[in-house]
Amino acid sequence: MAQVRENKGARKAIVAVVLIIFTIIYMIPLFYIVNTSFRPWADIREYPPKLIYQPSVAAFIRIFTARAVYPPGQAPTEQELKDMSTIERIVYKETNERIVRTGDLPRRYLNSLIICVLSTMITILLGTTAAYGFSRFPVKGKDDWMFFILSTRMLPPVIVGIPVFLMFRNVGLNDSHLGLILLYVAFNVSFAVWVLKGFIDEIPREYEDAALVDGYSRFQAFRKIVLPQSVTGIAATAVFVFIFAWNEYAFAFMLTRNTAQTVPAWLPYQMGVLGFDWGAAAAGTTLFLIPPMVLTILLRNHLVRGISFGAVRK
Amino acid sequence: MVKKFGDFTAVKELDLTIHDGEFLVLLGPSGCGKTTTLRCISGLEIPTSGSIILDGVDVTDRRASQRDIAFVFQLYALYPHLTAYKNIAFPLKAQHVPKEEMDKEVDRVVKMLRIEHILDRKPKHLSGGDMQRVALGRALVRHPKVFLLDEPIGTLDAAFREEMRTELKALHVDINATSVYVTHDQEEAMSMGDRIAVMNAGVLQQIGEPHEVYANPVNLFVARFIGSPGMNLLACKPETGENGQLGLRMRGNNELLELPGTLQQLLKEKVERDHSLVLGVRPEDTTVHTAEQEHSLAAEVYVTEKMGSYHIVDLSYGEEIVRARTSAYVDMEIGQNVRMSFDMGRVRFFDSESGQSIMN
Amino acid sequence: MANLKIVSVTKTFGDIEALKDLNLEIHDGEFFVLLGPTGAGKTTTLRIVSGLEKMDSGQIFLDDEDVSDWVPATRDVAFVFQFYTLYPNLNVRQNLEFPLKSPIRNTPQDQIDKKVAEVAKTLHIEHLLERETVNLSGGEMQRVGIGRAIVRTPKAFLMDEPLSNLDAKLREEMRSELSRLQKQLGQTFFYVTHDQTEAMTMADRIGVLNEGVLLQIGSPDEIYHRPTSTFVARFVGSPRMNLLKVHWKNDVLASPGEEMVFEITDAQREMLRKYDKPEFIIGMRPEDISVHDERREHNCFEAEIYFKQSMGAEDILNLRFGKLVVQATVPPTHGTTVGQKICGYFDIDHAHFFDVDTELRIE
Repeated sequence: MAQVRENKGARKAIVAVVLIIFTIIYMIPLFYIVNTSFRPWADIREYPPKLIYQPSVAAFIRIFTARAVYPPGQAPTEQELKDMSTIERIVYKETNERIVRTGDLPRRYLNSLIICVLSTMITILLGTTAAYGFSRFPVKGKDDWMFFILSTRMLPPVIVGIPVFLMFRNVGLNDSHLGLILLYVAFNVSFAVWVLKGFIDEIPREYEDAALVDGYSRFQAFRKIVLPQSVTGIAATAVFVFIFAWNEYAFAFMLTRNTAQTVPAWLPYQMGVLGFDWGAAAAGTTLFLIPPMVLTILLRNHLVRGISFGAVRK
Repeated sequence: MVKKFGDFTAVKELDLTIHDGEFLVLLGPSGCGKTTTLRCISGLEIPTSGSIILDGVDVTDRRASQRDIAFVFQLYALYPHLTAYKNIAFPLKAQHVPKEEMDKEVDRVVKMLRIEHILDRKPKHLSGGDMQRVALGRALVRHPKVFLLDEPIGTLDAAFREEMRTELKALHVDINATSVYVTHDQEEAMSMGDRIAVMNAGVLQQIGEPHEVYANPVNLFVARFIGSPGMNLLACKPETGENGQLGLRMRGNNELLELPGTLQQLLKEKVERDHSLVLGVRPEDTTVHTAEQEHSLAAEVYVTEKMGSYHIVDLSYGEEIVRARTSAYVDMEIGQNVRMSFDMGRVRFFDSESGQSIMN
Repeated sequence: MANLKIVSVTKTFGDIEALKDLNLEIHDGEFFVLLGPTGAGKTTTLRIVSGLEKMDSGQIFLDDEDVSDWVPATRDVAFVFQFYTLYPNLNVRQNLEFPLKSPIRNTPQDQIDKKVAEVAKTLHIEHLLERETVNLSGGEMQRVGIGRAIVRTPKAFLMDEPLSNLDAKLREEMRSELSRLQKQLGQTFFYVTHDQTEAMTMADRIGVLNEGVLLQIGSPDEIYHRPTSTFVARFVGSPRMNLLKVHWKNDVLASPGEEMVFEITDAQREMLRKYDKPEFIIGMRPEDISVHDERREHNCFEAEIYFKQSMGAEDILNLRFGKLVVQATVPPTHGTTVGQKICGYFDIDHAHFFDVDTELRIE
């Protein structure tokens, strides 16, 4: 008995250590970005990087504003300095700039939110209903359809970049929210249908059959029985679909410019007069991480299978 | 051996010895701990305390693969991507047995189970019975020390199950391997076991040969569980009648049942006055009379079950149901008032509180 | 309360003909059991009657109305499944209420409560009403499943092997309960199973189905004592009927190796002579074979007991007559042992005869 128990303890310790190491490695890029967003301008380019530094929020201010450098010989006067708000002063101190107006980030952030939330909702709606159809009904050529749907993911999306651009321009969907939403839905629905069909397949048909016999319409049976039991699948799919849309760069870059431009298409281009503004980019990225994290945290309970279907004796 | 899962004790202090070449059946309702016991013997579970000794060797710490046992699962667990032949050969392949020897062994087993004609098929093209045989073949091919079978025929059609019962037992007689068989079906246990170990709620109730467990159940649980239908159990109390003879006051309808001298003697010895008892009598020892009858009790027909070669008449007696076995040529109406009598030479008595048999 | 008529129903799945021109009538208030092996088409029949499955051709009449094109909701039947009978996200009370709350029914809440209480009392599940379904035992789950069906007073109850998943002991208890329940409710029960014991004990009439074809319909006694084919004869009755090929030997029937020579009755001889064939199949039920130490006058043959099963109330013996093996059911007090040489006596009055080629009953 002792033999088996000891081995178990040692194994557990080794596994724990390995997991910790991997977690640390995994977290390094994330840590690096957040770290950079609090570094003062002067320290960012330093190599080897200073471990200890005075954290500054200048990068965050910069990402939200458009600025102009004070030309040589036009530094702010004593009085002007006194009149400056804290924010303006921080910016001046760090990069010798004055704030001209609010930057482009808020608008792009909003665009990202609108486009991604709406496309995710539509994808889930279409995906769940299509998955239910494929799962429950004898669709002719079902296997072919499923394969066809999957095949849309086999192509690197960028290949169709130019044709899509031309198509969008023809119908006037260029640089529009609707255009990007439709595009994201088109790409994600395939994934959603595949994953959700798997989840719905696992729900025993007898539950709906019983409801049908009891007098419910198929749609009611779907709503009252299948949906509550597919919550896990829907939550997981929603998270994946949202993250895909949220991070999408290529098409956002090609198809949007001002009105509907999303954060990924804009963030890598933070050029300041002093060169590429790493700090601002990092700050923007840090802020950009927040919505997916919030979404996952909100859905965390649904991502875990709680209730067993527990109907058969055992 | 004790086995706990968190706070739940699945098996409580089990002591069990299985003899060489014996076919032992672990019998009990779902959740009684029989499958857990089997899994502990196999090594798929490790007991919380206690030991498993196989052929004189303490194997409690050994992994399942090192115990030289073969396990036949309830749902066969056949590899769906392999043919029947490959499924059977699998354990030998895992041990790197040379091909010639492997073929010879598989051949031997296949002939024994009469499945030569399905060797090329994959499990999805096999009937339930064939899959069962392939699963057995996979176990047989290894010459293990012990066979462990977990309700292997439970999922088969009723008609098939009967066939397989005879086959399994005949197979056991042929190869004479020590086998432990788990089931909830007492018919299977009675027909196949050399000895039956009855379990309930993690506790071993009784162990003995089938006819022993049938004729002399040690407590109410075994009395009810063994036998199809189980033993009738009637609440009663010994009471001295007007004639000075000891009888039983039946709780069902408050009648006084007379007892033969031998039973009176037994009760006088074993039972305190006024102590509540349970009278146990099997359906085949219960007779239904449509006319008045001496030494009988009044009852009402609840329902008749036609079994083909005989009938089982369920009688309602007070709050209890008493079952009697009658000939197939008798027909009774629901609600009919009848009288029932018992073969007093074959009744058994149990203590109403402890549930233990008082016969010894 | 309604009668049920299944008229010329055919159903094919791909290239498998699940049901071939099935015709069946179930009377109002009857407990009808459709009995057959797995894959016979029993579940398919039930699903077609309920409307969950569409048939290829044929008609279904419920209460003399043609419901062939109706959706399940409007047919007003109740279905009890083998597995997954209860909604896991609802507790017992909510499960029982569910059918009554369906939009088609629009039952007021106080009536719902009354009905649920009634049903709970009938099935002895009052104490379980507030429990979550995951905390129920198998037997309790099936009771609630049946409760959910009864709560509605539909035209017919369709049951798909509801007891198959329960422990053997529980099955025994539920059988008499279901039987009694049906008589109490007086409703039409259409029950499907592979277990002949269930069919025999509960049915008013049994229909034996194999490979989509109905072989025989009759009361349990009829099916048991006068099976119309060897399939039915072997399928009903435990242990199975013994079947032997026999041929004419002068005026008596002999087994191929002449281990057994049956002296048949005059009536039997007349019937078989009229049939005019050289060979027959003779069927003997195990309870019609008995075991004796000494030879009796006729129809008693030397045998060896080569296998014995002690079932408690009776013993099942496998008797070897030369190369032939026959099963006999004998009372347990006989004191028989394996290897013992005895005389096996066949009660020829109870013999069944079947045609060698068609395997149909001769009478």
